[in-house]
Amino acid sequence: MYRRSPMKIVTVCAAGALALTACGQAGQGGTTTEDGREQLTMWTHSAGNPAELEVYEQIIEDFNASQDQYEVVSESFPQGAYNDAIVAAAAADDLPCLLDMDGPIVANWAWAGYLQPLEFPAEITGSLLPTAVGTYQGDIYSAGYWDAALAVFARQSVLEKNDIRIPTVDDPWTVDEFDDALETLQAAGYETPLDIGAEDKGEWWSYAYSPMLQSAGGDEIDRDTYLSADGALNGPEAVDFFTWFQEAFDKGWASADGTIGNEEFNADEVALSYTGVWNAMDSLEAAGDDLLILPPPDFGTGPRIGGGSWQWGISSSCASPEGARAYLEFSFKDEYIAQFSDKQVVIPATAGAEMLSEHFGEDGDLRPFVELSQKFALARPETPAYPVISSTFEKAAKDIMNGADVGSTLDGAVQEIDANIASNDGYGF
Amino acid sequence: MALPALTLLVLFLVIPALLAFGLSFTNARLISPNPPRFVGLDNFVRAFTADPVFLRSTLNTFVFAGVVVPVQAGLGLALAVLVNQKIRGVTAFRVIFFVPVVTSIVVVSILWRFLYQDDGLINSFIDTVTFGAWHGMAWLNDPSTALGAIIVLSIWQAVGFHMLIWLSGLQTIPEELYEAARMDGASPWQQFAHVTWPGLRSTMVFVLVTITIAALGLFVQIDVMTQGGPVNSTSTLVYHAVRKGYREQETGYGATISLIFFVIVLVIALIQRYLTREED
Repeated sequence: MYRRSPMKIVTVCAAGALALTACGQAGQGGTTTEDGREQLTMWTHSAGNPAELEVYEQIIEDFNASQDQYEVVSESFPQGAYNDAIVAAAAADDLPCLLDMDGPIVANWAWAGYLQPLEFPAEITGSLLPTAVGTYQGDIYSAGYWDAALAVFARQSVLEKNDIRIPTVDDPWTVDEFDDALETLQAAGYETPLDIGAEDKGEWWSYAYSPMLQSAGGDEIDRDTYLSADGALNGPEAVDFFTWFQEAFDKGWASADGTIGNEEFNADEVALSYTGVWNAMDSLEAAGDDLLILPPPDFGTGPRIGGGSWQWGISSSCASPEGARAYLEFSFKDEYIAQFSDKQVVIPATAGAEMLSEHFGEDGDLRPFVELSQKFALARPETPAYPVISSTFEKAAKDIMNGADVGSTLDGAVQEIDANIASNDGYGF
Repeated sequence: MALPALTLLVLFLVIPALLAFGLSFTNARLISPNPPRFVGLDNFVRAFTADPVFLRSTLNTFVFAGVVVPVQAGLGLALAVLVNQKIRGVTAFRVIFFVPVVTSIVVVSILWRFLYQDDGLINSFIDTVTFGAWHGMAWLNDPSTALGAIIVLSIWQAVGFHMLIWLSGLQTIPEELYEAARMDGASPWQQFAHVTWPGLRSTMVFVLVTITIAALGLFVQIDVMTQGGPVNSTSTLVYHAVRKGYREQETGYGATISLIFFVIVLVIALIQRYLTREED
């Protein structure tokens, strides 16, 4: 037991040291290949998503073949570990040249100095959905091929049978109509008429419910100054909305139990489902022509849905930003965007790609999402404070759902957000 | 010979502990272009005066440990005594009691979250045995039952491990002592009180200390099942430290909470050590 060790220790240490240096080598850019090309490293969050990776591989292959100056080398991470990998790489000054990121984190990473301004030609960024572009302090730091959208799914037959008006983009349900509809549906035998998605956790809460708050006239932060949430998150409009939110659970219209995803709707256990475009294909299969993709209700100032999905940016430590920019510009072709959109079931970011898309074109079965996104999408607050805002929002909304006093809970959340902003010297605002 | 172990200990235990100590007096952030500033005791003042969730988390942690330590230790001992008998099929019982221990706590937590739902297995069970007279609730969604629900699940999951430790202790007690006791006419209870229990002393100390430390460090069940809710009723110190220090990126404040947690665990461990010391 004790004897054979010295050699082993040396071997293990050597292996460990090698592994450490090997890790130290990953990332950045600036290395050249044998045939004299400059390598651009690229990280995606798409491991485990073959449909998305397939398109990236295609783009990279096309780009590498189209010129002989650069070579893009990609590496994928699972989504759950992706942000941690980026933060760790940044701490080790080892970021890849090209990286993708979720829309709401862009401002935080730009503020932290991870990213450099994208400096894309205006004709590209101008052609994209506004929510597919990430900005901080007036500079563009990221651009995405697609956006996602939320909607209320329903079955036409169910609404008609219960004499519920079918809302349109121009004439959505008012909150009173929505309440009546839920009550009617509950009386018609749906024990929990609405799957609002409250069993999920994390960013979903801010993504899904802050648009409702904004529709009511509140917000997660005062977007004029980005320095305080006071008045926005705890004003009378916010209190009204969260009171509604709490009552929806009290009355059994919605429930915090259930499974993440859209199974309850597909099995006709709930009549309405507040969910995202990514669940649309399964529901189309389950409900067929009967499926309605409806705008979310109007809580006072018109319906809102969350905008901003995964986008691409260039790291500040990238040795060859020109190369990275060349790759990204190359990749924003309608045909690629349309492929992303159809394979992943997300809304294409350009009008040109919409025409090419099978699902989102003029006659596509998921066309309503495009209208919802164009008319109602609002990006989450573009401030470096967003991760804190989102986490605080989630906690406050969950507490309210579980019966906490609305006013004091919101005041507490505002205090927490404001304290964080102050301790970060205003996050540059 | 101890070098590899020492290297790892220093690298992953001593250095992080020292770092946490240093960071807790700064406003260091996980992600920030601004360098950390020394802020003195600000973080500690904030924890005790301006952070109600911290205070609630401390209380929850103590409640959890206060229930889990005696119940889990006692139940473990009872099970160990049961499965220490020489009857047929006793190994099967040992295996059954031990299975939850080798199951990942994340998996266990996810499964129990389903069991605790409004229409979950536990409520169906209650419904059936009371012939519908009493219907349970969504256990994890009510501030008054959520922590209790997590306590039950945690004990169920870990009791098998301590049963095994007790069992190993039981088997070190020589059979002759029981024979002698029986010769003197000792009842089963007297045998337990005067032979078994004194013989388990060092096992008892070990079980007590390990359960206490594990109970104070409650995190996974909370993270998977309730995320500290409803209304902070299940937030614990470790969970709060992770939420503040990592998810909300306030590394300095997270380090402060960890440091307070460290001191609490240290004090409790020292008290236990003192109370259970060998009296020569």
